[in-house]
Amino acid sequence: MEEYVQHIVDTLALSAAQLRLELEELYSAYSACLDEERFEEWPDFFVDQCLYKIVPRENFERGLPLATWLCESKGYLVDRVVAIRRTAVYAPRYVRRMVSGIRVLSIRDGAIEVRANYLALETLQDELTRILNAGQYRDKLVVEQGRLKFKEKLCIYDSLLIPNSLVYPL
Amino acid sequence: MGAHHAWPKEGLARVPYWVYTDPEIYAREQERIFGGSSWSYVALEAELPNPGDFKRTFIGEKPVVVVRDKDGSIGVVENRCAHRGVQFCQKHLGNVTEFMCPYHQWTYDLRGNLIGVPFRRGVKKLGGMPEDFDPRNHGLRRLNVAARHGVIFASFAAQIEPLEEYFGPSMLSLFDRVFDGRELTVLGYSRQLIPANWKLMFENIKDPYHASLLHVFLVSFGLFRADQPSKVQMDRTGRHGALISWRGEQNRTEDNADMKSLIDDFRLRDPSLLDPVREFPEYTVVMTTIWPNLIIQQQSNTLAMRQLITRGPGAFELAWTFFGYVGDDEEMTRRRLRQANLMGPGGFVSIDDSEVMKFSQDGVAPYPDAAGVIEMGGRDWKDESHMVTESVIRAFYSYYRQVMTL
Repeated sequence: MEEYVQHIVDTLALSAAQLRLELEELYSAYSACLDEERFEEWPDFFVDQCLYKIVPRENFERGLPLATWLCESKGYLVDRVVAIRRTAVYAPRYVRRMVSGIRVLSIRDGAIEVRANYLALETLQDELTRILNAGQYRDKLVVEQGRLKFKEKLCIYDSLLIPNSLVYPL
Repeated sequence: MGAHHAWPKEGLARVPYWVYTDPEIYAREQERIFGGSSWSYVALEAELPNPGDFKRTFIGEKPVVVVRDKDGSIGVVENRCAHRGVQFCQKHLGNVTEFMCPYHQWTYDLRGNLIGVPFRRGVKKLGGMPEDFDPRNHGLRRLNVAARHGVIFASFAAQIEPLEEYFGPSMLSLFDRVFDGRELTVLGYSRQLIPANWKLMFENIKDPYHASLLHVFLVSFGLFRADQPSKVQMDRTGRHGALISWRGEQNRTEDNADMKSLIDDFRLRDPSLLDPVREFPEYTVVMTTIWPNLIIQQQSNTLAMRQLITRGPGAFELAWTFFGYVGDDEEMTRRRLRQANLMGPGGFVSIDDSEVMKFSQDGVAPYPDAAGVIEMGGRDWKDESHMVTESVIRAFYSYYRQVMTL
């Protein structure tokens, strides 16, 4: 603990408490951006050379490479947003994300490894709200122009059987 | 069946909506289609490389276990203890030396033979099974099994034609195009619960008419368009079908002016998502539907088995197994994984299908006495060299009605 606090102070000029607040703020802003369907702003939470994946836990645990969503750059994220806005056909819905248990695992080579639980609730117009997806974020964050950004974001989900489709990002 | 189950007088040009909702029809499907004389897809051999490896899956709604025996042969048994019916196997995949039901610890070998019954002789001379209880009569029920080039099928029918005859020559040659004997490797799984009748999934993949209209993404990138060379192909019974297309000249022309969905200015920010290479002879896309539970997807370089598992009249699970070949280089594997973005529960293209299938179920369920109009390309069914047809859906229902006596 002390070791990494010292490391943060040295490399990011933040205290552990400040870092915790920064992360809390970042994850709240990230969820709000998606919950409020400001999808065009979503790619800006990532650096250009990023990796974003939504992966069923069974694939992750067996070392199988298939992802439900695979985005290998910020451009892929933009393409997903264009699809949501212009090409995909789907029923109107609200998706709300709950993030809890944000933990810093390590700080290495200027990247902060963070894990958190997430829960995405989906509401279709004629149906009761249901759990769309439950899982764990396994993220790597870096500082770019004074802002914390995702270098890598893996959404490893427990809810293997997806209720119909996964239209919006997690 | 009651009078309300009379098929409309227009015949194959109509599909009555009660086929998607009626519990009696569903029960009859389980018995005659999934439980009857059909070969259902259950697994790839690559999922069970070693003796004792098993995969838990379903045929229709019936749970079964696919298992590799000590001698390397593949067996399929019902996932139902012969004692009291417990679904004893609960993991998707695993390895065992024997199967033991947790309830009373009845134990079976990998062939399903009953090899252990605790307290069979009683305890302190009290209780126990009757003298004449013979474990040989109480094994797990074994299914008929057939495999070809790494793909495993099973059947509840004791007497059924060989798999190759079941496919018929035209479907077999399409099957062998992807499954040419090379060893397969599993890239991963995806599972989704689609709130629609299972037949709507088959109709979707037997319907090239929708593909150039619903799927704006495909159309925009020239992956599938009504003006590209294509054909539909069936076996002699009509139960299996294939949608086949290949790349040709694609421009906005008068012929595709109807495709309102064409977005000419849409360009991918990261084009590496779609970087297909020619891999198979002749065709770019072959989507094959194999009666009664399998869709084989070859969309450029992304390959998958889509298995239909029924969950009542109003829902089915679609279980995707994406795969490649053991000899694939890193670049090819990456290509398959990237193109997989088109498919599955979060696919650029497949989302449209699963969403529209729900819209279909929501539309037909409250109107069982109405019927769908299936007249595009005529009222009969035959192979066609274009995609402006619903011929393959009519073929499916032609066979369906025979099996179901409807």
